[in-house]
Amino acid sequence: MLTIKRVPTVLSNYQEEDAEPLGCGRNCLGNCCLPVSKLPLYAFKRDSTSASGSSSNSEDPSPNFFLQSLVLREWEDRMSQGLFRYDVTACETKVIPGELGFIAQLNEGRHLKKRPTEFRVDRVLQPFDSNKFNFTKVGQEEVLFRFEAGGDTRSHFFESAPVGATEPPNVVAINVSPIEYGHVLLIPRVLECLPQRNDHESFLLALNMAAEAGSPYFRLGYNSLGAFATINHLHFQAYYLAMPFPVEKAPTRRIPIKGRSESGVKVSELLNYPVRGLVFKGGNTLKDLSDVVASSCISLEENNIPFNVLISDSGRRIFLFPQCYAEKQALGQVSQELLDTQVNPAVWEISGHMVLKRKKDFEEASEAYAWRLLSEVSLSEERFRKVKAYIFDAISLVESEEEIDANENKGTLLQASLLATHFDERCRVLQ
Amino acid sequence: MVAVRLRPIGTVDDRIRRRTKIAPPRPPAATVEEGMGSFHERMIDESLTSRYSDWIVEALDELPDNFLITDPGISGHPIVFASRGFLAMSGYAREEVVGRNGRIFQGPATERRSVMEIREAIREERTLQISLLNYRKDGTPHWILFHLCPVFGMEDGRVIHFVAVQVPIPRRSRCARSGANGMVYGACRNEVRLDDDYACNLAVDSVIDMDNKALEAEESRKASVWEKEKASNAANSILSTLTHYSKLTGRVVCTKRCSSAGIAPLSSSLNISLGRIKQSFVLTDPHLPDMPIVYANDEFLSLTGYSRHEVLGRNCRFLNGPGTDAGVLHQIKDCILAEQACSVRLLNYRKDGSSFWNRLHISPVRNASGKIAFYVGVQMDENSKCDEHGLSPEMRQLGAVGQVKVAVRSFSSRAGPSRPSS
Repeated sequence: MLTIKRVPTVLSNYQEEDAEPLGCGRNCLGNCCLPVSKLPLYAFKRDSTSASGSSSNSEDPSPNFFLQSLVLREWEDRMSQGLFRYDVTACETKVIPGELGFIAQLNEGRHLKKRPTEFRVDRVLQPFDSNKFNFTKVGQEEVLFRFEAGGDTRSHFFESAPVGATEPPNVVAINVSPIEYGHVLLIPRVLECLPQRNDHESFLLALNMAAEAGSPYFRLGYNSLGAFATINHLHFQAYYLAMPFPVEKAPTRRIPIKGRSESGVKVSELLNYPVRGLVFKGGNTLKDLSDVVASSCISLEENNIPFNVLISDSGRRIFLFPQCYAEKQALGQVSQELLDTQVNPAVWEISGHMVLKRKKDFEEASEAYAWRLLSEVSLSEERFRKVKAYIFDAISLVESEEEIDANENKGTLLQASLLATHFDERCRVLQ
Repeated sequence: MVAVRLRPIGTVDDRIRRRTKIAPPRPPAATVEEGMGSFHERMIDESLTSRYSDWIVEALDELPDNFLITDPGISGHPIVFASRGFLAMSGYAREEVVGRNGRIFQGPATERRSVMEIREAIREERTLQISLLNYRKDGTPHWILFHLCPVFGMEDGRVIHFVAVQVPIPRRSRCARSGANGMVYGACRNEVRLDDDYACNLAVDSVIDMDNKALEAEESRKASVWEKEKASNAANSILSTLTHYSKLTGRVVCTKRCSSAGIAPLSSSLNISLGRIKQSFVLTDPHLPDMPIVYANDEFLSLTGYSRHEVLGRNCRFLNGPGTDAGVLHQIKDCILAEQACSVRLLNYRKDGSSFWNRLHISPVRNASGKIAFYVGVQMDENSKCDEHGLSPEMRQLGAVGQVKVAVRSFSSRAGPSRPSS
């Protein structure tokens, strides 16, 4: 007869100050253990259609239930093993009434300890340091499955496959401090110990995961160093939330370009949203879209501009947000009131999903607060223009002057202009 | 009324396809999940008649308004009825519309925000009135006031259909604008005034003839009180027709959710999400006396041999019998009191009296408030083998639990008062 399974929390909590490896034999993700282990393996199909060419036209494109139930059941299993620091489903969540519908969560347990400042906040690229916490120190019980290119026209799943030493494995692991049920981390080529820095292959892997999941509510996100990444080991985050993010509802304006875009990728600017950002979509193939965005990220890294990326709509729309909040914090330019809420605006916060630590902040959460906070994150108009120029240069596009045909979502400019009037004073960026 | 220059630019679908390179949609009947196409078609055909009797189509055909009726219970949320007025307005033939989803009338310049608001109103099963840019069959865009309202089954409170009324919103010339709707759409904030004299619609200047480009460039078009009333009246007459005819079959509908079973019904969207989970389970409500079943899926019914109305509202103990270990039952009780998950194995009995060893996994399920809303019980007949993916039954159970948790948590986090529309 089965009874309740309770296992003491495993100490691979990377929020701690020093997570010392307990030596091998711990079944970790290091070179010592991983190549001789067996893990579930999900091999995704080779993409034959373009990012925008998905054959699913339905309002709720039929999600890949297999992948979804795989993630969720593994997650539920780890929950029953007590591997999480808290039960995220016990955290109250609500949609803040307003135009954009920001999502607020009251989570008092997420930041029990003050996060150690492991990195300088002014450098986007920093070399991997094996002394600092990284994912090779994580126990295998936190890994849900491997996610690899199958090279086939169908996806396959193997309940248990030997990892081997030939191909560096990509793993999907739990986030022990989740902000939503099913919050996982995608760690490309974990054994290569790559720092938090973009490359084309890894970005394509992330985009493939979004496309494979097939649900507009399963999103992936990336935070660069300086934009509130907490671990300098290459990783993407993902979770499932069945409602639109505010940023996904915001109108966009296509940026007209001279000539044709070879890759077929279309770039737009976000309008009427507190954080300035670019939106990428289209592309002749998924790889084309991926390469353009990866190149854009790399150009930001090379110019030392912190940024966040949101992969949304099953990989069909990708948002890129350059930001400067950490810099402002360091220069003492953020109001104490905002600092007191202790929200570090990473990709989910910028997209509109905010985790608040204090009950008072949660109860009083308003769209005005969200707007105020996120406005501090945004680059100024002038700086953003410069950044746009770096990016366009890197992806070999030239912005043109002419207006293009209305193939863009207009959004509700009436409400937007009223909103802008109302928030004018608070939106001013301190640059 | 303004004259709209029509350009022959193919169907809406063609336009969308050309711009975004989407493969032509497969006819809804061919979806793999449905199996035989004709089954899906039959569901669409019977959607109205099974509830409102065979006379309903005639009765609806007599109404002059432009409207559609959709069935959220059928995969793809298809249109099951299109009025003559609607077909005339949109240029489609009936067979081109019935069975399709309402998004076929949307196009490139349709506001994403509006589409999302409609989607959310559907999920939340509430009424919505919103201006929308739609496209006719010939590809020409036109502004309509879209009025959506749900139709609830009186017995179980589920949403049976949605009624979508469309009232065209004509472009108003400057002099014709009345004070009541003198809102101005200016991109320059200084010019946002209620005063008519400063009307400056930057997108549409003094052009009388509007071509498609101008229509698409118009950011928004506000409906007048007259159009709103027309829409509401049309909706009312359609709803009363449906209510009247539903009495003929005994499967009565109403415009407000009400449930005579005493069980608070689950929302339609939650129902649909739960319906995708292919593993026997029930949801019970710990806040109601004796913790009754409030949801039981088809797999549970086939496992136990009961029909849905025989189990809804009852506590699960009807599955127990002489051979069921009392100790295990105590264990379950303790877990629930402690708000913990547990896995047990107990002897259960089907309706026909036959018994089976049930590997039961019970877990609390919280909604967006963070509080426990339900308990999920996932049953597994010990004799059932692994499925083709090689998944152990235990893991499949956890998969069901995970999906239930996500569904319940997601569908209860909507904002309170709905946003102002149109």
